[in-house]
Amino acid sequence: MPPPGLFVRQASLTFGDRPLFHELQARFDAGSWTCLLGRSGSGKSSLLRMIASLKLPDNHHLDLETSDGAPLMGRLAWMAQQDLLVPWQRVISNVMLSAHWQGNATPRDRQRAEQLLAQVGLADKANQWTGELSGGQRQRVALARTLFANASVVLMDEPFSAVDAITRLELHELASQLLSERTVIMVTHDPLEALRLADRILVLQGEPARLVPIPAPGGSRPRPLDNSELQQRQAELVTQLRETTHA
Amino acid sequence: MRSRAALGRALRPLLALVVLVAIWQLTLSLTGVPRYILPSPMAVGQALIEQRGLLAHHAGITAIEIVAGLIGGILLGLTTALALARFRALRRTLLPLLLISQAIPLFALAPILMLWLGYGLGPKILMAMVIIYFPVASTGYDGLRQTPQGWLDLAQTFGLSRRQRLLKVQLPAALPSLASGLRMAASAAPIGAVIGEWVGSSQGLGYLMLNANARLQIDLMFAALVVLVAFAVLLYFGVDAALRLAMPWQRDRVADHG
Repeated sequence: MPPPGLFVRQASLTFGDRPLFHELQARFDAGSWTCLLGRSGSGKSSLLRMIASLKLPDNHHLDLETSDGAPLMGRLAWMAQQDLLVPWQRVISNVMLSAHWQGNATPRDRQRAEQLLAQVGLADKANQWTGELSGGQRQRVALARTLFANASVVLMDEPFSAVDAITRLELHELASQLLSERTVIMVTHDPLEALRLADRILVLQGEPARLVPIPAPGGSRPRPLDNSELQQRQAELVTQLRETTHA
Repeated sequence: MRSRAALGRALRPLLALVVLVAIWQLTLSLTGVPRYILPSPMAVGQALIEQRGLLAHHAGITAIEIVAGLIGGILLGLTTALALARFRALRRTLLPLLLISQAIPLFALAPILMLWLGYGLGPKILMAMVIIYFPVASTGYDGLRQTPQGWLDLAQTFGLSRRQRLLKVQLPAALPSLASGLRMAASAAPIGAVIGEWVGSSQGLGYLMLNANARLQIDLMFAALVVLVAFAVLLYFGVDAALRLAMPWQRDRVADHG
């Protein structure tokens, strides 16, 4: 099934009596990778949670439409900053967690989970407890779990921000290879990450915030670090992000 | 190396026991406390051996009360915790009641239970259940309530029903918290049974202790106490071992606590 595009309309969020954003609109193209960039407290993570219909403490409203008209529920995968591995299941069962929790795990699910673990380079860890893994390995298991859902829309909230720089670069390559042909929305605070991975960059800036589109650099993802365009654009993007606080 | 460390762990409590008995004997020799106040370790040991038939009979009764109370209390406590976590209406009505029930001194409850249920095993089992119930219900409910939001987010994107979420996510997440309640329950269970026996009974270690006391068979009374302590220790380690089996991913951490 081809991935749907998403249209967000009338997105509003109020934090206490401070409006973070009001009647935002955004389009996320089918099969494209969009990065939502913004400083902390800009409401970018909340916007993502709203798209995923997850719980939020503040006043919020959002109208969501899909390009094929079918509901998003059931074809959505969620990946957070924390790996969210459950300690009471072994690594392999964490990959097929959705099947375990829904109570319908089959031998085929297990096979698929094993393949995914091999794809993220952890085939030999299948039967270990998650407590025995390093931070980077845990996040790779989380990536495999996200892929297991076979969801055509993947929402990620700063998924690589808790790992070290080298591991992050490796995860970029892995993620962009494994998540191709899905509609991806990724929240990040790292301009370089956005420039490496995104087809389209949206910056949440101003108060109340607006979504400002930024054209992504050319070339196929993940764009190499030594790309001179990448370096120059990073400098521009950082400047733009810093200005938003003074705006 | 590992087995030597394990041997050391097993020997240390034994050593503590030997030291305790030595202090006991020393106190006796130095102060000359009369035997009807504090019998010698030898005399208690002798009573343990000579009266083993009598002790075994009463210990069996108490063991049944403790184990039945423990099982009943845990099942009831766990059911309460799950029901409280699942139904909001129940939380509003039952939770305050549960807290108030804790203000009732349990000793005062024993004679009433006796009045209603007679002198048999029933009131003792119920007494043990009542003592175990609250720590299990409250730690269980606390654990169920404090599931990290991230796991609940995952559960929601997986499209789990509330019942699936409770049993597959919240319950396993509550296990560590519940485990501390179960350990508390294991050490409180013998208290409940013995209180029940003290208030009114014709069998059990508590009855035997009161009876021996009245007849000035202090060594027998101490022997019964030793058996009771052994029960409590066995029960604690038994529950601890069961919890370790139930949470294999936590093996090392639990072992450190135990």
